[in-house]
Amino acid sequence: MTVKLKINGTEHVLDVEDDAPLLWVIRDEVGLTGTKFGCGIAQCGACTVHVDGNAQRSCVTTVGSVAGKEIMTIEGLSANGLTPVQQAWIDHQVPQCGYCQSGMIMAVSALLKTNPKPTDEQLAESITNICRCGTYPRIREAVRALGEKV
Amino acid sequence: MATTRRMILLGGLGTAGALVVGYALWPSHRLEKADALAAKPGEKFINNWLKIASDDTVTVVVPHCDMGTGIYTALPQMAAEELDADWSKVKVEAAPPDTIFANGPLGEGFILSTQGMTANDIPAFLRGTVANTFRSVAGYMDLQVTGGSSAVRATGVYGMRIAGAAAREMLVKAAAARWNVSPSECTTKANKVLHAASGRSLGYGALVEDAAGYSPSANPPLKPKDKYTLVGKSIPRVDIPKKVNGTTNYGLDVVQPGMLYAAIRISPVFGGKLKSVDSKTAETMRGVKKVVSLDDSVVVVADRFWRAYNAVEALDPVWDNAGNGKVTSAEIAARHNAALKGDDLKKDITTGNGADALAGGRLVEATYSVPYLSHAPMEPMNCTALWKADGTLEVWSGTQDGLGARAFCAKVSGLSMDKVTYHLLPMGGGFGRRLPGYFNFLEQAVRTAQAMPGTPVKLIYTRDQDMQHDYYRPNVTSHLKGALGADGMPVAWVNDYTTDDGANSEAHIVYGIGNQAVRTAKVPTHVPTGPWRSVEASWHGFFIESFVDEMAHAAKKDPLDYRRAMLGAKPRHKAALELAALKAGWGTPLPAGSGRGIAMFESFGTIVAHVVQVTVGQGGALTIDRVVSAVDAGMAVNPDGFKAQIEGAIIYSLSAAKNGEITIDKGAVVQSNFPDYEVVRLADTPQIEVHLISSDAPLGGAGEPGVPPLAPAIANAIYAVTGTRIRELPLKNHTLTLAAR
Repeated sequence: MTVKLKINGTEHVLDVEDDAPLLWVIRDEVGLTGTKFGCGIAQCGACTVHVDGNAQRSCVTTVGSVAGKEIMTIEGLSANGLTPVQQAWIDHQVPQCGYCQSGMIMAVSALLKTNPKPTDEQLAESITNICRCGTYPRIREAVRALGEKV
Repeated sequence: MATTRRMILLGGLGTAGALVVGYALWPSHRLEKADALAAKPGEKFINNWLKIASDDTVTVVVPHCDMGTGIYTALPQMAAEELDADWSKVKVEAAPPDTIFANGPLGEGFILSTQGMTANDIPAFLRGTVANTFRSVAGYMDLQVTGGSSAVRATGVYGMRIAGAAAREMLVKAAAARWNVSPSECTTKANKVLHAASGRSLGYGALVEDAAGYSPSANPPLKPKDKYTLVGKSIPRVDIPKKVNGTTNYGLDVVQPGMLYAAIRISPVFGGKLKSVDSKTAETMRGVKKVVSLDDSVVVVADRFWRAYNAVEALDPVWDNAGNGKVTSAEIAARHNAALKGDDLKKDITTGNGADALAGGRLVEATYSVPYLSHAPMEPMNCTALWKADGTLEVWSGTQDGLGARAFCAKVSGLSMDKVTYHLLPMGGGFGRRLPGYFNFLEQAVRTAQAMPGTPVKLIYTRDQDMQHDYYRPNVTSHLKGALGADGMPVAWVNDYTTDDGANSEAHIVYGIGNQAVRTAKVPTHVPTGPWRSVEASWHGFFIESFVDEMAHAAKKDPLDYRRAMLGAKPRHKAALELAALKAGWGTPLPAGSGRGIAMFESFGTIVAHVVQVTVGQGGALTIDRVVSAVDAGMAVNPDGFKAQIEGAIIYSLSAAKNGEITIDKGAVVQSNFPDYEVVRLADTPQIEVHLISSDAPLGGAGEPGVPPLAPAIANAIYAVTGTRIRELPLKNHTLTLAAR
């Protein structure tokens, strides 16, 4: 039961079941803990990572389904310093407890690659991640500001 | 544990003013112990919460945990202000969960008592201090609790400012002695003491050894407000950079060598016990190390979390339901209604002629209720514990009280405090769930660790366990009666409500009504309850501010004018209402199907008025368009941070008002995850404007006061549009129609 995963550009050969959830393999096997567990059923998005550039909820993604694909976590996104999205999160003082923000930033970053200037409606339709601290107004402001720079 | 919620979260601060006098900084001999515990090379404690390093850097040691409210910035702002520190030379860290860093020694005494411990469990050298302090100091300061919107208004006002000012005084004395001049000739600026007459200056780092030898003053002179350079500024939060790149380590992220993972299933029925479980199949599954039977639950320990989870799901435990297996929400509701109709209502307050005055006017009467609510923070409950071979215990977890958690783990394991090491980690949300008294996850983790000696075990609740084994915001029913005089204004106010502990001071109204009666009916259930963001104000705000609106409409008066007319003696409350109304355009025309509602409530020392604008579509679909908020907390230490707390409180409260409902069937919680406990997302987020009012009133709390007036403002807006009065939350259970108006 060997699975090859390419995470943040590094290949990992892992002795795990094909149907093991990507979230827990990233956290427990690979040791990257920036990706969070929130609900386990793809409702909250705290576990969002990029798979071949698209936002995907890793808690319901089996490792077998992403073998050989390019997986990126918040650690990979941050590898070369802050991205404009992360900088906007600081500028607008978005995070409160911060627990959901890895997933939120991964989801927003994927959206902005295909739609750099989303309307509020497009943003809300695409970003369904949950934040219990209620940072949504600032997320909206931060994304608007990023759009204005495009 | 009735005292926990009431006394810790609401009662304590009423007397906090006394702490200005009673609060004592450490005598200097305690600094050595603090240095040994928490000073890095080159650093030295100067008093309770402040370290100064040889390079003049000031480190503020905060006796609270980070749950996202920004106190790791606001509290250092307050200390640095009084200390005349340059913000670029200020650092912050968490106080260790050690007795010496209790938020005042009484904290330990109080916490120990809630854990069933006594002063004998306190190290001998501290006993005298605890005893002395117990007599002279009362209130919140004395805990390491993060809750009750207390950090700034208690720790900040009575701790951080005093500590900063006292440290400044000590540094000045040290410099003056070194120069052989009078302290009154010295000034301070940017981590230096200056002597203008001679042009000399010394950095704080060069003075701290000498300064620490002086006794700190309990009443050092404090800066006047007009001299503030840090307090009142929106300084960016120090915790945010690590929260945008995934490097903040929460309890869930703890990694220890050789660590195993644990998944749990708890008796679905509250109070239920594990009768038996056949563990054979689970034990053969990959990675499973052990199946541990606890009193109320079964735990699987495995090498990876998903393997532990798969195995615990494969179990078929048999539970004893403790006689609660038939309880339903309908049956609980019937109990509440019966209690309010019964004869054994307990008097809380009576003014004037009380309920007898109802005969003196036109009767308005309504019954309101709110459901149980789960906290559902984003980070599910978790705890890592290691039962060591030498009979000591090490625990890692995010809780709202590091010292309380340590005391609790000591009690559970039967160890003395000194044999328990507790590592306090940032929390992925708290909202009351992680306060002392509500530590089921700590107990289960410690017990699991005891079954796995020598191995660190990380226990994680899945979302369904988290939601079904919470300590819920209680469901409460209120029967309100008002009598309107000839001018439409109320001459009598009667509120009978249910409670699962005692009377709530939040039921006392701010409005000037001559005859009042407030009475309670106690309805105990088997459902565990606890403090949920804004606690008792979360329901009384809805009841009172909705019913005042009902009276205004019954009197055919504008709801804003109606309230203003009853607030003659309360200019701050009136001003908050008026500002919210002004900014929201109260009274200006809106499109058909849209309307506004207003509500105002004071809690945790802060007055909040919300005007909510809603739209009800032809098909009855409700949209919350806009929330305009006016807030009087005296002064906001960090205005942008304060606004973020109000925004967050609005979203948290909106989730509850729209969808929040925990129901009980067969003695257990029905809901299990976000699909059946839906919360607000971006798509449901209204436009929010927060306006802060500066006044000379004492500082109020930030985290909670935005919650209570939101639900009634929404319900009042719905009434304005549809003529339908919402008396039971959540809104999802109501069908709205525009036809009524």
